[in-house]
Amino acid sequence: MPAKRHAASTTSAPAPVTPATLSSGPSTLKTNASAAAIAQHVWEQYLATTPQRTLLLDAFMAFLVLVGGLQFLYCVLAGNYPFNAFLSGFSAAVGQFVLTASLRMQTSDSGSGSSSKPSSKGKNARFADDNEDQGSGTSHERAFADYIFGSLILHFFCINFIN
Amino acid sequence: MAQSSSSLDVLLKGSSGQSTRGLLRIIILLTIAAAAVASRLFSVIRFESIIHEYDRSRNIDLFPIAVDPWFNFRATKYLVQNGFYSFWDWFDDRTWHPLGRVTGGTLYPGLMVTSGVIYHILRFLTIPVDIRNICVLLAPGFSGLTALAMYLLTCEMSTSPSAGLLAAAFMGIAPGYISRSVAGSYDNEAIAIFLLVFTFFLWIKAVKNGSIMWGALTALFYGYMVSAWGGYVFITNLIPLHVFVLLCMGRYSSRVYISYTTWYALGTLGSMQIPFVGFLPIRNSDHMSALGVFGLIQLVAFADFVRGFLPGKQFQKLLTAMVLLTFGLGFAGLVLLSVSGVIAPWSGRFYSLWDTGYAKIHIPIIASVSEHQPTAWPAFFFDLNFLIWLFPAGVFMCFQNLKDEHVFVIIYAVLSSYFAGVMVRLMLTLTPIVCVAAALALSGILDHFMVLSKPNPEAQTKTNAEDSKSLRSTQKPVVGIYSYFSKAVVTGSITVYLLLFVAHCTWVTSNAYSSPSVVLASRMPDGSQHIIDDYREAYYWLRQNTADNAKIMSWWDYGYQIGGMADRPTLVDNNTWNNTHIATVGKAMSSREEVSYPILRQHDVDYVLVVFGGLLGYSGDDLNKFLWMVRIAEGIWPDEVKERDFFTARGEYRVDDEATPTMRNSLMYKMSYYNYQSLFPAGQAVDRVRGTRVPTESPQLNTLEEAFTSENWIIRIYKVKDLDNFGRDHNNAVAFDKGLKRKRASKKKGPRVLRTE
Repeated sequence: MPAKRHAASTTSAPAPVTPATLSSGPSTLKTNASAAAIAQHVWEQYLATTPQRTLLLDAFMAFLVLVGGLQFLYCVLAGNYPFNAFLSGFSAAVGQFVLTASLRMQTSDSGSGSSSKPSSKGKNARFADDNEDQGSGTSHERAFADYIFGSLILHFFCINFIN
Repeated sequence: MAQSSSSLDVLLKGSSGQSTRGLLRIIILLTIAAAAVASRLFSVIRFESIIHEYDRSRNIDLFPIAVDPWFNFRATKYLVQNGFYSFWDWFDDRTWHPLGRVTGGTLYPGLMVTSGVIYHILRFLTIPVDIRNICVLLAPGFSGLTALAMYLLTCEMSTSPSAGLLAAAFMGIAPGYISRSVAGSYDNEAIAIFLLVFTFFLWIKAVKNGSIMWGALTALFYGYMVSAWGGYVFITNLIPLHVFVLLCMGRYSSRVYISYTTWYALGTLGSMQIPFVGFLPIRNSDHMSALGVFGLIQLVAFADFVRGFLPGKQFQKLLTAMVLLTFGLGFAGLVLLSVSGVIAPWSGRFYSLWDTGYAKIHIPIIASVSEHQPTAWPAFFFDLNFLIWLFPAGVFMCFQNLKDEHVFVIIYAVLSSYFAGVMVRLMLTLTPIVCVAAALALSGILDHFMVLSKPNPEAQTKTNAEDSKSLRSTQKPVVGIYSYFSKAVVTGSITVYLLLFVAHCTWVTSNAYSSPSVVLASRMPDGSQHIIDDYREAYYWLRQNTADNAKIMSWWDYGYQIGGMADRPTLVDNNTWNNTHIATVGKAMSSREEVSYPILRQHDVDYVLVVFGGLLGYSGDDLNKFLWMVRIAEGIWPDEVKERDFFTARGEYRVDDEATPTMRNSLMYKMSYYNYQSLFPAGQAVDRVRGTRVPTESPQLNTLEEAFTSENWIIRIYKVKDLDNFGRDHNNAVAFDKGLKRKRASKKKGPRVLRTE
């Protein structure tokens, strides 16, 4: 047991542990596993349970993070001379990321309702919400239309601001 | 609630009840809007349709505040005449005389653009309207819209239909809001309060629905708000605070994430489109809380996402690691940025919100404005009447069913009541939430007391019996109110309060808030109204009798008026962007003539304008503001101008025989009392504002000569003398002239004597 913990904490060899835990569900993860091991576990779980369409959105979000990060890096290293341009580029990336995250939440809420993702509190709130008015995730089409609406405004502002 | 609606259904006869009620509600709302517009028209009816500044000097004995309808009007005219693009690039060389002002980049264009758009729409519909009428009537029109927005907002808070209607009615006639939106007060607040309320409505809607669309709409209206009023910072901080509190209460949900992030991403970009705001949302600390909460909610969302894959124990461990990491990074980054000066420090106005003494010490220009003074307690009752004591009850009722939107009401209530206590001006932001809370409380009372008395005895006894059977002990206090007497008493007293409220609002509007400060009204002994029109008389004189580019120096309060009504360049005006320049004027006013004259010459001043209320008892005159001029000047030249020198040895501020030499030699004093005693019999000259006798001898002015004095002596205009033709200084010249006169007189006397002999 101590040896195993040691192995996990060095983060060099969590791989032999996690496949076993994955196959038998999250409950087999040791309560005192290290942060790195947990992260590994989460990653495996994520790949296993996320549907294809959501993965696509996630890939887009990762791309946006990359773009935003690159711009920020450029700003830090090479100076922020056209500050308007940097700001609008950067906030376009951030805004699109945020909008995509919102779209992902709305679509995956109802899509993968069976997953254990939402906490009890969130579930309750969402449930009450669905009862009251056409809340989040009632229809994918509505969510997508909202997404396009938001993106249009975002990019209008960005183009207007870019100078 | 169900009972109330069913009883209403009974009242309105069954199936047609729903649509009838809808119609009724629309009619009521329209009536409220009409009442809101109508009650703001006092000033137009009583005086004519002129743009006026709102004058708070009646309540707080200082002087008219820095709101700037005249400037807005002038800017709107410019916009309508020259089009949008040249308005955007407008460099105004007729204000701040030597410096000029990049007006297009330093104003909030929302108001002007709004009225410009209305103007062009009306033109398109072939309704020929003067732009001035649009400007005068814009504020009442928007207050009608505010009432509607208030209805929508309150309906989100409560299921009772009466709450929304009550709130709309309160908002329509509450003096706290009327104070800034009477006809003619063409000010940013005129549209800003509507935008404030409507943005909050959209925000609540967004939080409830969790849809990108509502969030984006919130952002759009937030952007509009940013373009209209500097008070947008209130929204910028309130919404993040709401989200933060929700997060702390463990109420994170995807709805909150969606609405907040959409609002922030779009709203921040939108606010940066306004040149005056520019990069402030990135740089200024006032906006940092929004950014911080934006980052926080990303983390929380990610944590929530990860939690789905993990059992509790490991999740906590991961969470701790993440929290430590991000806080470490974030704090280091913030310290680094603050030290290196990338993020601007908090602005002075912000500090003065927390430390009420701050402004007085550090920024006299802010403290000198009466609207930045702390609110006096009676002002709350004066502006809100019985709403102010219903307000806590309404907030309490929000605690009872604590949903997300009620949390918002509570936060808004707490914050704005603090701010309203700090600054008179922020009473304006308190008014909407007071109306919401009071309407919630009052509709609660009315639903319980009024509606149950209406249904026929059968239904009542039925419900009665059911309730008493099932839960006698618990229901008793609620169900117990059955006697028509107690219902009648409560309903009657509420009605009386409401009627009193209406009477109070009308009285306040008509008496306190509807008098344009450029036209003073007074009552003659026989009760007829006498209008004192000195300001316009003087400005008209300036327009007719001075060169087109004659520079007028006055204290900054009158800058916009001179620019708007007299159309002459001014040195300083109500846009107090350059403290040094204002201090220069203050120094010129408070120094001896020998010091002032070079200043006047350097700034090309042709005329100096002072406001003197001594004859009429008009308390908002320049001598009463004089100490602020001294203080502001002292802030820049502490060696040359000293506030202490203007007080007598016993610390009194006196203008009579015992006034200090500094005081008596100051330009302002001389200009105010020059020749004043000639109006009175010898030794009887009295200053009616300060209630003192005036020295029997007139102050001597060497470098200025009197050019104009208005009918009631409120405005006095002096012309700055040119350099002496013989190169003497003015002191000698005047002395010589006097000497010459005397000689001439004696000479004349001489020959005449000779002749007679």
